[in-house]
This record gives sequence, structure tokens and C-alpha cells, in this order.
Amino acid sequence: MLLIHCPYCDETLPEAEFTYAGEAHIARPADPSALSDEEWESYLFIRSNPRGPHHERWRHLHGCGRFFNAVRDTVSDRFLTTYPAGQPRAALPIKEAAE
Amino acid sequence: MNAPISSFPPGALADTTAARVAIAPACGRLSLRARGDLAPLEAALGLALPGRIGQRAQGGTVQGGAIQTMRLGPDEWILQAPEAEVAGILAACAALHASHPHSLVDVSGREVTLLVSGPRAAELLSIGCPRDIDSVAVGEGRRTLFDGATVVLWRDAPDAFRMDVWNSFVPHLADLLVTGCRELAAETV
Ligand SMILES: [Zn+2]
Repeated sequence: MLLIHCPYCDETLPEAEFTYAGEAHIARPADPSALSDEEWESYLFIRSNPRGPHHERWRHLHGCGRFFNAVRDTVSDRFLTTYPAGQPRAALPIKEAAE
Repeated sequence: MNAPISSFPPGALADTTAARVAIAPACGRLSLRARGDLAPLEAALGLALPGRIGQRAQGGTVQGGAIQTMRLGPDEWILQAPEAEVAGILAACAALHASHPHSLVDVSGREVTLLVSGPRAAELLSIGCPRDIDSVAVGEGRRTLFDGATVVLWRDAPDAFRMDVWNSFVPHLADLLVTGCRELAAETV
């Protein structure tokens, strides 16, 4: 089982307490009606889907209840870092924290 | 008042050499959400709201020390108190809404508390809880998961726990704990 560090609880906890919530740092357009269909489609459906570090949202559903951001390597499934929602996108590369 | 449902009468469910499982008497429960300056709320409640997730505190202005609270999230606490005190707690905090916006909701009827105790209580919890039970210190607690249902776990002693479970999950979780209790007791080491 994956262990995930919740930045709000400051504890490393089993994955079963968390839910995945898609790619992070995707801002909803301020004025959706001004967008073309292609731009709206891009906002709704088009994701980066990288091979390697992926910035994504998780929620500590069965715990503090908070959404936060994480960088997970999609090849190794390792979490490189987690940080509270609202903080700027974590810069890459990230040196993996010691377990 | 948000009255507890009557279909889970308090009493023992299982009592073996390994552990005991019981339903606790009903109590008043309040969900508090607040951020910013907590001092006025703390004054109204008569307790210091714990600052770290999982920490607990006791206090109360109404009948001295009757409120128990645990921090569940960055801006969330659960309060437990005798049912008769709920109205007084709500009234004491209602006066603060204008100056200190917060949410204090009576959720007494939302959940039931299961008592799990005995020499192998922590081991019994491990049948449904993926977290390391020993990461919850005595006198603390956590909201966590038990066999798919969100629960709030209170650790009162090394071998005594309370588990707050939402009503609809109670029959399943209680059955599971009773079965686990008997299986642990039947083990011949
Ligand atoms: Zn958390």
C-alpha cells in the first residue's frame, strides 16, 4: 500500500485514507462564456498525462478532509512531495525525501 | 435537538478474553468549523480548542469539564457533551456569529459510539483500520477509516478506545468487531 504524507495532518498515512482528485494547478477560466469551444474542451478534458513527475490533487477524505497537492512519479508510483493547496506549483526536479 | 436514533440501545455486544465491544450511551455531539481568532469561541465554550489535528481537550462552562473536543481538521473540531448541555452550548456561541463567523451544528443524531476495550483491543481495531493504531497516542484520537467507513477514534487508554460511527454503518462495523472479537478469543497461540 502507498503511504502518503498529508501536509495538514503532518503524518504519513495509508493510501486508503485518501482519494485521488485529478491533475493539479488547473485554474477554472474566470469568464467561461468568453472561451471558444476548443478552449473550453481543453480546460475540461485535456490533461498533460506525463510519464514521470505528475502534479496532482489528493484529498485526505477519511482524515482531515482537506484537498492538497502532490507530485507523484507515474513510472515508479512514488510520491516526491506533497504541499498544501494554494501554494505555487512545486518546481522540478524534486530530490526525493528520505523515507 | 438532533435526537439520537433509538435502534442502537447502549449495552454490551461481545465480551471475550481478547476484547469487549459495546454501544455507548447516547451523548450530545456538535460539529464546529471556525478559523481565525478562536479566543472568543474558547471563552464561550470554556475550553481551549486543541491546536494540532488529533489532539483533545476537556472543559465547559455549563457543568465544569463536561465538554470533550478533538481537532479533526485545520478548521474543524468535534465536541461531545451531555445531551442536556447542547442547547446551552449552542446559545453561548450563537452570540458570536456576527463578530466571529463560524459554524456550530448539532449532529447528536448522526452517529453512535462503539466502545472497544480489552487486552487485544488495538489488535482488534487492526482488522478494519489501515492506520498504525499505535500512531494514535493515549489521550488523543483521529478521524480515520474502518472497513470502508469514516470513523472518529478516541484512544482513552492503551487498551480502551471509542469509535464514533455514522448510523448507517453501525450494524456492519459492530458485527465485524464482534466477529473479530470472537476470532481473537478463539485463537490458540
Ligand atoms: Zn490530513
